[in-house]
Amino acid sequence: MSGHLLPELTVFILAVFVGFEVISKVPTLLHTPLMSGTNAIHGIVLVGALLVAGVAHGNLEHVLAVLAVTLATVNVVGGFLVTDRMLEMFKKKPQS
Amino acid sequence: MSEAAASATWVTLAYLVTGICFILGLKWLSSPGRARQGNQIAAVGMLLALLATLFSGAILTFWDILIGVVVGAVLGAVGARMVKMTAMPQMVAIFNGAGGGAAALVSMMDFLRGEQTGMGSSPDVSIAVALSTVIGSVSFAGSIIAFAKLQEIMSGRPVSFPGMRILSGLVLLFIIVMAVTVVAFNGGDAVLYAMVAGALALGFLMVLPIGGADMPVVISLLNSFTGLAAAFTGFVLGNNVLIISGALVGASGTLLTQLMSKAMNRSLLNVLFAGVGGGGGEGAVAAAEGGSVRSASVDDVATMLAYANQVIVVPGYGLAVAQAQHNARELADALEKRGVTVKYAIHPVAGRMPGHMNVLLAEANVPYTQLYEMEQINPEFPRTDVVLVIGANDVTNPAARTVRESPIYGMPILDVDRAKSIVVLKRSMKPGFAGVDNPLYYDPKTYMLFGDAKDSVVKLVGAVAKV
Repeated sequence: MSGHLLPELTVFILAVFVGFEVISKVPTLLHTPLMSGTNAIHGIVLVGALLVAGVAHGNLEHVLAVLAVTLATVNVVGGFLVTDRMLEMFKKKPQS
Repeated sequence: MSEAAASATWVTLAYLVTGICFILGLKWLSSPGRARQGNQIAAVGMLLALLATLFSGAILTFWDILIGVVVGAVLGAVGARMVKMTAMPQMVAIFNGAGGGAAALVSMMDFLRGEQTGMGSSPDVSIAVALSTVIGSVSFAGSIIAFAKLQEIMSGRPVSFPGMRILSGLVLLFIIVMAVTVVAFNGGDAVLYAMVAGALALGFLMVLPIGGADMPVVISLLNSFTGLAAAFTGFVLGNNVLIISGALVGASGTLLTQLMSKAMNRSLLNVLFAGVGGGGGEGAVAAAEGGSVRSASVDDVATMLAYANQVIVVPGYGLAVAQAQHNARELADALEKRGVTVKYAIHPVAGRMPGHMNVLLAEANVPYTQLYEMEQINPEFPRTDVVLVIGANDVTNPAARTVRESPIYGMPILDVDRAKSIVVLKRSMKPGFAGVDNPLYYDPKTYMLFGDAKDSVVKLVGAVAKV
């Protein structure tokens, strides 16, 4: 067992509770942007992709690294941009 | 403090700030006024984590990263810019699948590295590798099927064959055996690849039998899967920011999935395994209704609307497909000028994703204060003169209340049949996305206005002006 498992498990479980708490009162009005916003946040896996790509060597690893970074970047960039595009349109009063 | 330790400290602190940004972002995303800022602060947090990682000293070669980031950024940005608001669910599915695939690849690479160096991985890391590659691969494959169904590359109807569930069970068993081999017996590369192949197959098998109408719930579920996969990848790499963010998304995604299943009055298990939308009882319902349908002309409908006190518009996916949301707003404006109260009734699953219709109407500048949720608007129908159903079908189907055999029985609906009169704008008598016939159309209070939704609404705007 690696030494940092317990602190990691602690962080994980607390974050799960925070995740439940922060979005428990979302109006249906915002469900689609919320889904798209959380979708962008799991693009954080790009950090992991950078870490493994930064030390890649050998053909197989390079191919997998480029693929992983590309996919994760699509997730991050596309996710945040499309959420912003949706939310830009929500207005309280009609435009005059 | 040594230089390396100092670097680790500030990187960890940067990750902590990222976690805070994500939590604040999610919180702000829950209120309409601050939602946009919420997304932006989450994006800032993401940028911070990426920069901290790049300058942490852990990155030795930049070429793979440069290629991947440029290609990924172009694809993501073009996709996000070009996508039509109506195609939003499939876009989210694609972005989600990309994230799941990335999570699986990262864990695989870490595992392969351990095999190469001969050090192997400790059991807890191997468990995390198995979980993140399996969940990430299921999410990747499932998202592709969800995309194909929504984009109508393949039929939106449930696809199944005899023995499908047994096959899925066997594939799951196979994955578990491979995972145990990887973890407990230090199984090598080949076993890992076999496990991934099994997980991809399971992803396909899981989403294929689900009908198009249930797809939003599935995308939401896959979204939380990818969150979990990212968190387990965090365990593999010993990286807290991945664990925190993945757990946040996993939890909030699960909650959202539950809210959505509840809106359809079905359990998640029922959505995943019941295969609704095959249209078993269509003929029976239609025959029972006797099949008498009354159609009305544009001028008739315009007169009804113009002299009403209250009109409720029920927009559905058909309105969005016809891009008629702007014209619908013009019609509403024209009616309001005549003193008619106009409200929009939004079913939780109107469109193809919860809240999708709100996005589409917001695009047409309809103020969100005019949009009413199902619980708020249902008591209003009995005192409403005219309900205008534009391209909505299943969410207005009274069979959900009364016909026990109907596949949509028990789904909460908008009680439009309790209004004084109902006008349904519809292209033809074809059943809706769920493939179920709608007895509302045979109700004596219902008038059908056949034709393209946009065309009909445009004509109505003109006709109301002349009344």
